[in-house]
Amino acid sequence: MNLLAVERIKLFSTRSPWWCALITLALTIGFAAIIAGATPSDSQLTLPATQFGGSQFGIAVVMVLAALAVTTEYRFNTIRTTFQAVPHRSPALIAKAVVVALVALVIGEIAAFGALGLGMLMRPDDNLGLHTAQDWMNVAGLGPVFAISAVLAVALGILIRHSAGAIALLLIYYLAVEELVQLIPKIGAHIHEWMPFNVANKFLRGSAVVDGPAPSDSPLSPGWALAYFAGIAIVFLLVALGVAKKRDA
Amino acid sequence: MIEANALTKRYGATTAVTELTFTARSGRVTGFLGPNGAGKSTTMRLILGLDSPDAGTALVDGVPYRQLEDPLRTVGAMLDATWRHPGRSGRDHLRWLAATNGLPDKRVDEVLALVGLTSAAGRRAGQYSLGMLQRLGIACTLLGDPRVLLFDEPVNGLDPEGMAWIRQLLHTLAAEGRTVFVSSHLLPEMAQTAQDLVVIGRGRLIYQGTMDDFVAQTSEHGVRVRTPHTDELRAALTGQAEFTEDGGAFVVSGLDSDRIGQLAFDAGATLHELSPITGSLEQAYLDLTRDAVEFAMPAASPSEATR
Repeated sequence: MNLLAVERIKLFSTRSPWWCALITLALTIGFAAIIAGATPSDSQLTLPATQFGGSQFGIAVVMVLAALAVTTEYRFNTIRTTFQAVPHRSPALIAKAVVVALVALVIGEIAAFGALGLGMLMRPDDNLGLHTAQDWMNVAGLGPVFAISAVLAVALGILIRHSAGAIALLLIYYLAVEELVQLIPKIGAHIHEWMPFNVANKFLRGSAVVDGPAPSDSPLSPGWALAYFAGIAIVFLLVALGVAKKRDA
Repeated sequence: MIEANALTKRYGATTAVTELTFTARSGRVTGFLGPNGAGKSTTMRLILGLDSPDAGTALVDGVPYRQLEDPLRTVGAMLDATWRHPGRSGRDHLRWLAATNGLPDKRVDEVLALVGLTSAAGRRAGQYSLGMLQRLGIACTLLGDPRVLLFDEPVNGLDPEGMAWIRQLLHTLAAEGRTVFVSSHLLPEMAQTAQDLVVIGRGRLIYQGTMDDFVAQTSEHGVRVRTPHTDELRAALTGQAEFTEDGGAFVVSGLDSDRIGQLAFDAGATLHELSPITGSLEQAYLDLTRDAVEFAMPAASPSEATR
């Protein structure tokens, strides 16, 4: 429990997490406002449309927050002080992953419900609301997806140690690699089915959604999709812990 | 107590530390001396479990560092005062560090007062001067009231007042029975601070012992003798000692001044001067580490070669 408090103090005593959180909220809720405002009055604003900002931009900024939480420790050498105080290392790094994941979860929930709430305020006649289980997953599911993405980013931050390198890799992967994999002849589509963010999208949006970005082609059920996504993040974290433990600090 | 036993550490092709064995006792300030690049910081990282040795062991009060429970309560170490997040206040830096080992926030305020940083504790550490960062670093080492303290070049870049403050603090800590292990590449600084001395060069042990012995062993550089009776003295000294002669002045090595005086008296040589030459401590250190400097200056200026 001490170590969770440690990481909480570390995270909230610097400015960048606050800025990243604000930017995530602004992007998610702001994008919902833009879509709500731009939808013609004779057509309906759908619930998934209010959530595009979170699932598309929000994840990226939350991963920046999470990566920075560990790479700045390497940048300013406080990671060495941390390892001096916690020589087994893994407990400190796990505590960091947990705290960052919890913060990402909270940001995700505020962002998703904020976006939905603003949509409902702006389009009171469009029958927006949490009517089905899929609706619930689409909105409340953003928090867990943010949390798992954050763990992935923490793991990558531990492995790469440099802010610019870790963030560049995360964003290039997130924004480009998963899409480009589909261009590989024959096997591309099959690989894409198992790419982590594509699978996470299956959990959030299911496969019945027709408007907005193409629905996920993952063959997993939404529940298994979330478990798969979490599993990948945990594997990365375990690898990172193993490397950090053996590496000279 | 700190014990290093045959510590060896390689980074790729370079060997930073080679079979280094030494002890730093409790209740003493032990100076850890060596030229830049001698392996001092590496040794400290090995002691603190930050790096893993390729061979050998380092024990703190008989235990490997990584086996210590709540290590800050046993060992306080400042390897580099700039290890802090510039956007975080000094107090918050201490708060998270205290929390790692279950130390109360009250202790944070105590150490802030101890190092005289209370009024600046709320400011972001990025705005601290080097002197304030050193004080913050020292506050970190004192958090857990540890029995063993390590400082890597704690006076580097400090003004004379700051140096005096740190020197006084190290003495106080040792007088309380703690083990104080402090590195420097400056011997004069160490001579004022340390009671024991560990000298390394190129990662190998050159000397371990007390500062007093080190001074005694290394500072005898011969005896200067002047006489009008040069022939008599030359005859008396020949075969007894090595000497150089310049006019009426001799510099004799290998004999102490009592013995030379007696020889001169027996030979009937009047002496106008008989004085031991005590080489400077700095010179002794330079002699000792001359072969162990990693990046020697070109030979054109030999006096600069070992700086």
